Amino acid sequence: MLDYLKLAILGVVVVCAAIAANYARDAAYLVHALLIMASAGGVFLWQLRRTGEPRVPAPANEYMDGPVRAAAIATAFWGVVGFLVGVTIAFQLAFPVLNFEWAQGYLNFGRLRPLHTSAVIFAFGGNALLAASFYIVQRTSAARLWGGGLTWFVFWGYQLFIVMAATGYLLGSTQGQEYAEPEWLVDLWLTIVWVAFLAVYMGTLLKRKEPHIYVANWFLLSFIVTVAMLHVVNNLQIPVSIFGSSSVPVMSGVQGAMTQWWYGHNAVGFFLTAGFLGMMYYFIPKQAERPVYSYKLSIIHFWALIFLYIWAGPHHLHYTALPDWASTLGMVFSVVLWMPSWGGMINGLMTLSGAWDKLRTDPILRMMVTSVAFYGMSTFEGPMMSIRAVNSLSHYTDWTIGHVHSGALGWNGMITFGMLYYLFPKLWNKQRLYSLKAVSWHYWLATIGIVLYAASMWVTGIMEGLMWREVDAQGFLVNSFADTVAAKFPMYVVRGLGGVLFLTGSLIMAWNLWMTVKKGEVRKDAPVAAPAE
Amino acid sequence: MEDTYTIMRVFAGSWGMMFLLLSFLGVILFTLRPGSRQVHRDTANIPFRYDDRPAGDDEPAMTRQFKEARQ
Repeated sequence: MLDYLKLAILGVVVVCAAIAANYARDAAYLVHALLIMASAGGVFLWQLRRTGEPRVPAPANEYMDGPVRAAAIATAFWGVVGFLVGVTIAFQLAFPVLNFEWAQGYLNFGRLRPLHTSAVIFAFGGNALLAASFYIVQRTSAARLWGGGLTWFVFWGYQLFIVMAATGYLLGSTQGQEYAEPEWLVDLWLTIVWVAFLAVYMGTLLKRKEPHIYVANWFLLSFIVTVAMLHVVNNLQIPVSIFGSSSVPVMSGVQGAMTQWWYGHNAVGFFLTAGFLGMMYYFIPKQAERPVYSYKLSIIHFWALIFLYIWAGPHHLHYTALPDWASTLGMVFSVVLWMPSWGGMINGLMTLSGAWDKLRTDPILRMMVTSVAFYGMSTFEGPMMSIRAVNSLSHYTDWTIGHVHSGALGWNGMITFGMLYYLFPKLWNKQRLYSLKAVSWHYWLATIGIVLYAASMWVTGIMEGLMWREVDAQGFLVNSFADTVAAKFPMYVVRGLGGVLFLTGSLIMAWNLWMTVKKGEVRKDAPVAAPAE
Repeated sequence: MEDTYTIMRVFAGSWGMMFLLLSFLGVILFTLRPGSRQVHRDTANIPFRYDDRPAGDDEPAMTRQFKEARQ
């Protein structure tokens, strides 16, 4: 019966999407309607073929690892894509001629830049978080995922969100809010997917066999819940037409700006920090084969992040129309946040106490530890930059971009690579990775790439900040904006090269993971009847 | 009659802030409570137990043998 209901709903969606495509007012909406029509049509056919067929009940004594495998593959794939777009726009900034005339309006810097940020944060990071959530919640609850096929809906629904967002950016459909660029139709779809994600996660936690909920799950759950709240509030928009992609924000002026940066900073705080800390608290103990250094500290780390992070957003709006008390509040909470962040870093690093020798032999652990070190570094740099006086120098300069990348490449990237290297042999029942030497190569390429990136951005950021404020004896500004652009050229080239190294490392990883699945030695004590797809 | 902004602003800066601060301190004190050590040690070892397959239905959670990581 349920199968026929699904078929009916999918059929209605296909017809509605076809009608919407017919009436579409702009190219982005047309493409999105066609994408929805094709996806719903494909799922309709798939559903049609299995309706009325006998079903094999899911084995309750096995973990559901299919979606984890899919999300792990998607992480590696979108990672390479996102880094490639990043390298492209880095060189577009250094050599403007790369904004080709024939591609204006599609592949110029302005269109590719949100594609890069969303690809690395939401596609690469988001899939990594899906894989981590589905894997960790099962292992630490000792229970199979709740919801069965709903997990597959979350995975494929999220990929559809990524493709809709990406095509929208290239066609110029954007709300113009940083990290919240997708328009209302895409936002609504993500909301549905996210609620399903929350249901799967909560459902699994509720049927857990362990009496306690392991701390990694606290971080992952807070990430899911908070992102839902942020996404809904910051995307309160009224569509201009139901057949067009543009919309008008409900909040305007300083309220709109404050809401945007409340969203923006907590996207960093809960998507890129809390979620990835969930990974850290599971995969570092697993790879080091010892429990987390202090479980109490991990709980305090959690609650301090929850209570502090949510207030830090106003530090993005120093010297604006925002009231002083609000931006001071944001600054104070950002500085206080330094303490729990470093508590968490110390907790992650000290998990290795007594096992430091493993760093010499285990490049995966080295990757994870480096990521925690970068977490510490960027959570020191961030509070410092949120201080109003420092911000007056750093804001609008490349220092901010350097800060973001030491966090994103160093912390999020490295812990995700570590997780993928841990997960692939596990998920495909292999004894070990195909090549540890390739992991070492990846490690050094990525690390040197990040160092080049961050160092060049510090230099160019502080330089342009000082050039902008330089005045002569009469009080006139010394430099024009174009002067700063010209002075930044060498650093832009170095940044691009750092990106090339990081991208090369990720390509080596993709190859290594592929070879692990194809040619890796089968695990000796493999559990029977675990399907290797 | 004061405007809504002022009412909300005063409440946020007094009772709201006290509520959040006290709940935060309460959570931390609860974490550090005497006797929590055993619970935390057991919980910290969760990742090392059910790596390959879920716990069976016949396995009551509290009576099974805890598998602990190498200390």
